[in-house]
Order: sequence, then C-alpha cells, then structure tokens
Amino acid sequence: MPPKKATSTSAAAAAAGTTSTFTPKKPSTKPSKNPVAMAYTRYIEDTPQRTKLLDAFLGFLVVVGVLQFVYCVIAGNYPFNAFLSGFSATVGQFVLTVSLRMQTNLANKGAFGEVSPERAFADFVFGSLILHFFCVHFIN
Amino acid sequence: MAPSPDSILKDESTKNLRSLLKVIILLTIAGAAIASRLFSVIRFESIIHEFDPWFNFRASKYLVKNGLYSFWDWFDDRTWHPLGRVTGGTLYPGLMVTSGIIYHILRFLTFPVDIRNICVLLAPAFSGLTAFATYLFTKEMKDESAGLLAAAFIGIAPGYISRSVAGSYDNEAIAIFLLMFTFYLWIKALKLGSAFWGALCALFYFYMVAAWGGYVFITNMIPLHAFLLILMGRYSPRLYVSYTTWYALGTLASMQIPFVGFIPIRSSEHMAALGVFGLLQIVGAVEFIRAQVPSRQFQILLRTFLVIAFALSAAALVGLTVSGTIAPWSGRFYSLWDTGYAKIHIPIIASVSEHQPTAWPAFFFDLNMLIWLFPAGIYMFFRDLADEHVFVIVYGVMASYFAGVMVRLMLTLTPVVCVAAAVALSTILDVYTSMETPKAPPPEADEEKKKKKKRASLLTSARDAFGGIYANGSKVTVVVAITAYLFYFVQHCTWVTSNAYSSPSVVLASRMPDGSQHIIDDYREAYYWLRKNTPEDAKIMSWWDYGYQIGGMADRTTLVDNNTWNNTHIATVGKAMSSREEISYPILRKHDVDYVLIIFGGLLGYSGDDINKFLWMIRIAEGIWPDEVKERDFFTSRGEYKVDHEASETMKNSLMYKMSYYNYNSLFGGGPAQDRVRGARLPAQGPTLDTIEEAFTSENWIVRIYKVKDLDKLGRDHAAANAFNAGKAKRKARKPRVKGAKKLRVL
Repeated sequence: MPPKKATSTSAAAAAAGTTSTFTPKKPSTKPSKNPVAMAYTRYIEDTPQRTKLLDAFLGFLVVVGVLQFVYCVIAGNYPFNAFLSGFSATVGQFVLTVSLRMQTNLANKGAFGEVSPERAFADFVFGSLILHFFCVHFIN
Repeated sequence: MAPSPDSILKDESTKNLRSLLKVIILLTIAGAAIASRLFSVIRFESIIHEFDPWFNFRASKYLVKNGLYSFWDWFDDRTWHPLGRVTGGTLYPGLMVTSGIIYHILRFLTFPVDIRNICVLLAPAFSGLTAFATYLFTKEMKDESAGLLAAAFIGIAPGYISRSVAGSYDNEAIAIFLLMFTFYLWIKALKLGSAFWGALCALFYFYMVAAWGGYVFITNMIPLHAFLLILMGRYSPRLYVSYTTWYALGTLASMQIPFVGFIPIRSSEHMAALGVFGLLQIVGAVEFIRAQVPSRQFQILLRTFLVIAFALSAAALVGLTVSGTIAPWSGRFYSLWDTGYAKIHIPIIASVSEHQPTAWPAFFFDLNMLIWLFPAGIYMFFRDLADEHVFVIVYGVMASYFAGVMVRLMLTLTPVVCVAAAVALSTILDVYTSMETPKAPPPEADEEKKKKKKRASLLTSARDAFGGIYANGSKVTVVVAITAYLFYFVQHCTWVTSNAYSSPSVVLASRMPDGSQHIIDDYREAYYWLRKNTPEDAKIMSWWDYGYQIGGMADRTTLVDNNTWNNTHIATVGKAMSSREEISYPILRKHDVDYVLIIFGGLLGYSGDDINKFLWMIRIAEGIWPDEVKERDFFTSRGEYKVDHEASETMKNSLMYKMSYYNYNSLFGGGPAQDRVRGARLPAQGPTLDTIEEAFTSENWIVRIYKVKDLDKLGRDHAAANAFNAGKAKRKARKPRVKGAKKLRVL
C-alpha cells in the first residue's frame, strides 16, 4: 500500500538506529530557508478549518497536561490516583483526538479505507466516553 | 450439477447456505469442546478439582451470598490465621464476577442453578467461546475455512483442555477466551485503523486484566508487535490509531483493578507498552512533519532526532529502574528469563511442579500433530507477510519460548499452535481440493495459466514443475491422508483427555483386579471430619498446598494457603514441620494452632504426600532461618534422603516424620512397616509424639490430623509428662517434685 512504502525507509532506519551509517549527500549545504518557517506557512495555507480546530484542542490538551504535570512535580503526588486520572484524561483525549485528526485527514484516505470521517467521529465519541468513565471512576 | 462445485460455493444464492453451514459447524465444535470436558463430571461427580479452584469457588460463594460491594471489600479472617487476607484487593475478580453474573442471569430466567454447578461448568462453556474467538482470529489471518479448522483444533486440543475441564474453576478457564478475543480485536483494530475496535480491544483487555495475571503477556505482545511493525517500516496511521487508543484506554482501565493498582506505570513488565506508546508519538510526529516539509536534509535531522529520543527514553527507563522509581521484574516473571533464578533465590516458585521446564514428549502429548504443523504454519505466515501475520509470528516465537521454560505456559502456546496449524493445513487443502474443480477444462491450458499467474508462489511453482499433480489419484491420496490424520487427532485428543486430564485430584480413582473402579475418598473424609468435629474457630496448620481445600471443604481457619503472598509465614510452617517437637510446639502455640493436618501416602503408594514435599518445606524454612533448619541435616551421611533406619537423626526427630509414621507400625501386626512410596522398610520402633496427639486418620491413612495438646496442667513439659505417664523415670520425676514441695514448706 502506498503509505507504507512512503514511510518505510524513515521509520525503519530511525527506529533501528541505523542513521549513523546513512550519511547525507551534501553535508555542507544546509537548507537555506528556515524549515520551521516553511512548515508553518504550509500549515497555515493547507490545513482545513476543522483540522485547525482539532489542533487548537490538541494544543489546549497539551497545555492542561503540562500544567498538571508541573503541579504534580511542585506539589507532590499525594493522591496519586487523582493525578493519574487527570493526567491520563489529557493524554488519552490527546491521543484520541490525534486519531480523529488522522482518520479525517484527506492525505490518509488510502490508509483508512473503511473508516469514513463520520465513523471516525463516532469512534472518537465512543472512545472518549469510555475514557471519561474510567477517569471519573479512577479519580474516586 | 452443471456448474463446477467451486462456482456453486462462490455463488451469491448459496451464501445463506454457507453461513448456515458455518453456524452448524461452529455449534458442533462448541458441542464437541463442551462434551469432551465432561469426562470427570460423568465419571465421578460435579465437583471442584485441584487446589486453586477451591478458593475461587469459595470467593464466588461469598460474592453470590453477600453481593458485589462486600466482595470488593472482603477481609478474610479465615486464612493466614494471625494476619488475615484482604481478599478483595489481592485477587483477580473477573472469574468470580463472571460466574456471579451468570448465576443472577439464570435466576432471572427462572433457572435456579446452584453456584457450584455454574462454577464447575464455567470452563467448558467458555471453551466453546474460545473456539469461536479463535475462529474469528484465524479468519482475520487467512479465511473462514482456516478459521473453522482452528476452532476445531482449539476446541479439543489437550493443551487447553488440561486447564479447562469441567470442575477446573481456575482463572485460565475464562482467560484463554479473553486472550484470543483481545488479540482478535487488536488485529481487527490494526487492520481497520479504527478507534472503535481499539477501544473494544481495551475493554476486553480490561476484562482480561480482571481475570488473570497472564494479562502481562498481552501488554508485552501488542507493544512488541507494534514495535516490530515500526522496525519493519510498516508504520501507518492505522497503527498509531489502534495502538494509542488501546494503550490509553487499556492502561487506565487496567488500573481500576485493586490488585493491579499502579503497577502498569510502576513496574518493568509494563514499560514496553509505555515505551512503544512514546515511540509511536514520536514516529507519528515525525511522519506528520515530514509530510509537511519534503526536504531531504530535514528528514535526516528528524531521523537523528528520533534515534536520540529513543536512546534517551531507553536511558531514562534504565535510570528509573536503577533508582527504584520503577519496580524491577517480579520474581515470577524474572524466572522466565533467568531460568535458574527461582531455584536459587525463591524456592517457593521453584517448588511448584508446574513451574518446571517442559520435556519434549509433553509437546506431542498435548498437541499431537499440531506441533509439527505449527512451524509450517509460521512459514506460511512468512510467505505473505501482512501486518497481522507479524503478530502471529511474534506470538508463536514468544509463546514457544515460554512454553519451553515452564510447563504451565503450554496453555498460552496452544492457541497460536492451533491457528498456525490450521493455516498450514488449510493452505494444503486449498491446493489439493481446489484441484478437484477444474476437472472440466483441459488441464493443459489451466496449467499454463496457473504457471503464469502464480510464479511467485513457491508451492505452486514446485507443483507445476512436476506437472503430474492434476491426477485425481494424488489429490485423493493427499486429502485422504490429511483426513486420516485429522481423525487420528480427534482420537488422540479424546484419549488424552479421558485418561490424563479428567481426574479430580480430590478423589483418587484406582482399579480393582476385576476391573471395577475403586474410589479413594480420604481427602473429603478428613475434611468433613474437621468440619463436623472441630470447633468453628479451630485453626488448622498444614502445608500451603492444602490451604484452599481446607478453607473450601472443611471451612476452618488455615495458617497458610496456595496464595503464597507471605513467604515468611510459609517458612514458619515449614520450620514447625521440620523441627524437633520441643521447637515446634512453641511455634504451634504462638500461632493458636489447634490441629495439624498432613498427607501421608505411604500405605497406598500415593506419591504426592508431605514426606515427598518435605524437602521443599526444609528449603523454604532454611531461606529464613539458615541457622536452625539445615537441609544437609536431613540427609544420610552419604547424602541420601531416606526414611528407613538409615535416616538421619534430624529427620527422625522432625515433626513431619513423626506425624507421618506415628502408629504406622501397628498396621503391620508386629512386622516391619513398609512405606510403599519410598519403597523403604521402616525401623521397628515407631516414633512417639509428646506434644500432639492423633485426632483422626482417614481410611487409607492418606490424611492424618493431629490435635495440639494443651499445656500440661501441672506445668511440666510434655516429654516429661509423657514419660511420667508411661511409668518410665518415675523416681527421677518424683524427686524434683519433692524438692519443690520442700522448698515450699521451707518458705
């Protein structure tokens, strides 16, 4: 399948740690444009509105998660289950949202043949409900 | 029929017929799976077998009687006598809750079935479900025909039957079903890339965690699969979606079980899952950014970043483990890697017979022809390596290793063997039965067509090279041979199940010379004696093997039981059993022991008795008190473990020896007593007991119960009192008494 082929080299090489053997062709010439800036402009231009909304939500989740973590580091983790349920709520919701983002992304159409965007949203709701049930149960 | 059979089978109009056939086949398989597990119920009675199930049964009774909430908070003061056990927080509640639910459903449907019968028949019922789950799993691997074969295999494979016969009410009874179903859901989630299936997988994973400690296998299997897929360059958004959904929900869910608690984030067994979760985030991010910026340089930077992140997280894991934030591998799991570990450091793990390495015949015995179809099936998976095939390969490799290390883990190997063998066999059958169809077209053209089409496939090209395979004779021969093997497989399975795995260890069956069956029911005789003739709060000391049975059948308080959570307490019992009476008696008194129960097989030749387990008691006690109990002292000067007149003094004076052979001489009418298990002739003078007295000995002398004597009324020690009663050393005993009196008079 096409996505597999596209990703194979990078992931395999990266995860196996064979990067050291893989020397760049032109090590001296760095890309002249700042890649971050390039990525940013591309992102602003190409991303659909709904996906941006999801990204905003993701950013919010990251902020909440980091805040919780920092608070845990500062104030100690005495009700550990409370920290865990709060933190894993953000992590789980983040992951589910990223999944939804992937599934609704047009570029991934080939990978998710049988999962329509509507189905993906229903899955997202289902997963989130379970996640929240367990979080509420776990926070005691 | 005018069209070829193949086209009939593929015809749309016969779809219903085929699904009907499928349903019938699956129902038949479930019927066979259930029926072949009922040998022991039909032969003996509907009773719980073995040791562990007795606790599960007792817990289920408690659950049914007191409801879920009090079961959850159950503090059991009738086990581990001085300590008690927080049962609600130290068991996997899945099994009991399942049977409790079934119980209430049946009552709701106005079938008031006794909880005991539900417990006895739970494993056969779930084996039918296991067959169905295996069908689904294999269907994802190949096709429905392979699925049906796999279902048939697992339905009757002795490797699985051994742990799931009727009456074997153990965690594994439902765990294997959950294992297969969780794996099925995982494969399904991975194939579709659906968060819904991932969440379902997490839910069943949760159920599995609630049911069996072997859930750790799943938590390492799925990450390993995902990790290998990443390494193979098969990362896809589907992998991300399914894995992260499973992990995020499944881990949170698994922490709800009180016994598991925070283990999923604190122990090394679960770090693989967390690591792969982190890795997938990074890989996902890298893939995302790469799609945004198609720059070669940037990719290289990213890859370096990926490698560094991976190395850093691995280092962090090692650091956290070393610093103690993350608990290292627990002994039970660690001994799977370092196979000599348990024997040296934790004798209690090594003492269990199920924890020994597996011998070759066991594989053939438990799996018959599946075991040699298994590698062929794995090879088939390699031939067309899809994402889900990687899973079966990894599962096969890991499970084979574990089954080789530990007899008990044969259970987790059996499903994958069934799947792989079914795939191998159905591939063969595909080749040799589909040849039946092109009878009508001329073989020449067909062959040529096939040759062009299936160049890549190894088996086909080999067949084309010979060319003669279209002959009906060879096809029939192969198919007949395979059918014969399948029939033989059924026969073998039935034979093994009937002969090896269907005996309820609570009652021992033997054959009389005329072929009639003789049942030896000493265990229950003794346990019921305890139940009827001892006070309600009597404390029974026995070796931990019998703890659950005493709790379940005799309904009395025990000191130690099969849940070996407190090694020191067990060592205390071991010390009491292996010491001299003078040392044991204070231990017994301090623990409020009223009765001591031992198993003695010397009369009947029942080899699983306490003298044969005695060395383990000594070893476990020696682990705690190396100065007071020494294994060496129990051997003869030549290093032999003997019970006859050559036995060492320590051995002869140990409480266990004395209790086992007390009064045994009287059975032999003056002649030397014979021990049929050890094949030894006992010394003419039997042992004497001072501090305890015989309370009950069962019909065949298998169970012997001793009552711990109260303190002597006159304050003497028991040995002196006994000597006094026997008329020996009368004068000696009198003197100090007179002296004492004198002293009193003086004062």
